[in-house]
Amino acid sequence: MNMLIYLIPIALFMGGIGLAAFLWSLKSGQYDDLQGAAWRVLADDEADSWKP
Amino acid sequence: MTCCTMDADGVLAMSATSFSSEEVTLASHPLGSGLFQLDLSVPDAHCGACIATIERALAKLPFVRKARVNLTTRRVSCVYAKEVEGRPTDPAEIINAVNSVGYRAHLFAPVAAENDKTRNQLLLAVGVAGFAAANIMLLSVSVWSGADAATRDMFHWISAMIAAPALVYAGRFFFQSAWNALRHGRTNMDVPISLAVTLSYAVSLWETMHHGEHAWFDATVSLLFFLLIGRTLDHIMREKARAAINGLARISPRGALVVSPDGSRRYVAIEDISVGDEVAVAAGDRIPVDGLVSKGESDLDLSIVTGESNPVAVSEGAAVSSGAMNLTGSLVVRATKLARDSLLAEIINLMEAAEGGRARYRRIADRAAALYSPVVHLLALVSFLAWGFLGGDWKQAMLVAVAVLIITCPCALGLAVPVVQVVAAGELFRKGIMVKDGSALERLAEIDTVAFDKTGTLTLGTPRLVKTVADGEADVALAAGMALHSRHPLSQALARGTPIAPMPFDRVSEIPGGGLEARHGDGHYRLGSAAFACAQTSNSASPDSPLSEVVLTSDGVVKARFFFEDVVRPGAEETIARLDAGRFETFIFSGDRQSVVDATAAKLGVRRAVGALSPKQKVDECETLNESGRRVFMVGDGINDAPALAAAHVSMAPASASDIGRQAADLVFFTERLDAVAEAIQIARQSAALIRQNFALAIGYNVLAVPIALAGLATPLIAAVAMSTSSIIVVTNALRLTAFGTRPLSRLSREPAALAKEIKTA
Repeated sequence: MNMLIYLIPIALFMGGIGLAAFLWSLKSGQYDDLQGAAWRVLADDEADSWKP
Repeated sequence: MTCCTMDADGVLAMSATSFSSEEVTLASHPLGSGLFQLDLSVPDAHCGACIATIERALAKLPFVRKARVNLTTRRVSCVYAKEVEGRPTDPAEIINAVNSVGYRAHLFAPVAAENDKTRNQLLLAVGVAGFAAANIMLLSVSVWSGADAATRDMFHWISAMIAAPALVYAGRFFFQSAWNALRHGRTNMDVPISLAVTLSYAVSLWETMHHGEHAWFDATVSLLFFLLIGRTLDHIMREKARAAINGLARISPRGALVVSPDGSRRYVAIEDISVGDEVAVAAGDRIPVDGLVSKGESDLDLSIVTGESNPVAVSEGAAVSSGAMNLTGSLVVRATKLARDSLLAEIINLMEAAEGGRARYRRIADRAAALYSPVVHLLALVSFLAWGFLGGDWKQAMLVAVAVLIITCPCALGLAVPVVQVVAAGELFRKGIMVKDGSALERLAEIDTVAFDKTGTLTLGTPRLVKTVADGEADVALAAGMALHSRHPLSQALARGTPIAPMPFDRVSEIPGGGLEARHGDGHYRLGSAAFACAQTSNSASPDSPLSEVVLTSDGVVKARFFFEDVVRPGAEETIARLDAGRFETFIFSGDRQSVVDATAAKLGVRRAVGALSPKQKVDECETLNESGRRVFMVGDGINDAPALAAAHVSMAPASASDIGRQAADLVFFTERLDAVAEAIQIARQSAALIRQNFALAIGYNVLAVPIALAGLATPLIAAVAMSTSSIIVVTNALRLTAFGTRPLSRLSREPAALAKEIKTA
């Protein structure tokens, strides 16, 4: 039963990483254009649209 | 280059409005350090190649720093520098660049920020609830598989600690909405949800403190998780439709050229035009404010303002109303009203007065909740008292009551409606029809009467040559050659409609408000209205004829006559026939002349057609129908239709409609064909049938599960299994809607019950 002392925090921590990753992806606008993202995968070379 | 890029010239010809540099600057917002952001709507972009083409075209401009296409909202956001090497840049070039690769681009007012925030909050809440539900479920499975004594208590405590913040954070949407409803003395679906969630958490906590065997934390949080998914989907569906509608070109102008007394012209935003200002309106522009013509002559296209299908000639002193399109000559208009007091303001007042059916309508889920929650709460209370008094064990009584609340908590009911509506809206979206919210679908399923506007809805508002009376082909070629020089719709229809090669003219002069004049050889030719062309020999057709007439004369002698009528929107006849077959009553309510309306009605087979209606009268017609117990579905586009669109039970507008018409309508269709009307009705009815089935399934589940809970046999495990199964069944049933797409579209039965039966047997 002592194993639980490690296992439960590990499980919660891993779940927390998943949640944090989701929050980050939401904040960085990855859900703003789901259709466009699907197409951009196929684009030959994503020319960097930022210019000096 | 691709399937979808259009011929660039065609696009440029289509987009009659070009944007001035000032107007574009007005629409972009500063980001600081000399950078500006311009958001454009590009309704034609729809694949990966479109993204690449547009972004590449914009990246070529020297002053554009960043350009990114959002395919979901069909928008481009473009960051550009105000100045490059000390010289000011022209942001209108951005629009030209997009046009030159074959896409239309419109300015639009960015209103999305607030809504995006709600969406992100909902998604966050889903994420948090999902995280909590997964972890608690993990611990609950351990408890169910045999953990006991101290281990079980520890698991319960951890669950309680995970559940508490998740409940507060993710549950606030339901708590707020439930509180709002209660404060106004109403109940909605969120009241039983909130009650079940809070009570079950409290009881579970109490159990945990007293080393009890059963805790309901998993049920509490997964309930929230499921319901939030439904709510988020519902929100995203509405956002998608709103984004698509906001992306459409604004029809009313954003500003106008004001002529100062010294003759200089400057571009002024429309709100800043004051009474007495002289405004220059070029041919091809729309009149920005109500006023009087102080200089110039022209023809105005009023189709979007009044529904009048024929252009109207105006000259000095004539009153013009905002929204009318100036066709042939340039005008100077003296503003007599502020933009906010213009015709539009009157229409908005009418709309507010008319708003009735929609405001009174109660969503089906709320109506169900009004019946459902008293029953459920009474049941829980009765079981609590019964177990307490009969069994004497009040703790056991409390557990049973909570089990009843959780088992009956409207998880399936909460999902039953939104999932069906989201699937239906997605199906309509694919067919080019935007639904603004779920209640529009519910109302659409109830209608029994369809009222159409004529100009711009049943017809396209563009004339077509139907009859030519001429002595020889030479005269027709002459007329076509002259017509090529004008942008008057009748001239363009004439040039398009004659199969004979037009005779080239070097000089054709256009007399605004009259017609065209030219010399060829020694002949003096005039093409235009009968009054203009044969100035003295005025034996014109009666002014009440449904056809518009154009006459060609040579030195006052009539050489040829051309007759035009408005083109009927493709699919209109089939749509009316389908509506008739479905036993819907059809009406035409138009602002156009009665004779023209009658001709269209006869052609399409609409029995009742009323013409020459003012916006107020259109509302009255709708309300008379409402009062006689009918549910009216109004389809219209013009500014004059907007109040009627608001007064009807549910309404629809084409994408080409006036700005206010699109705002007033519940649905907007982006296709050219009128079939959208019948298809929307059909899908709305199918979804209504599915919603009823889902309610039946959810109630059936309760009838089975409640006795188990009442008997005190429901453990948390049974509750979790029962809840998930019922949710899955309801969602799966909702997904069947897409399967209807493969069925013949002619099924538009009037009786929803019959339709439901059909679906069941299928």
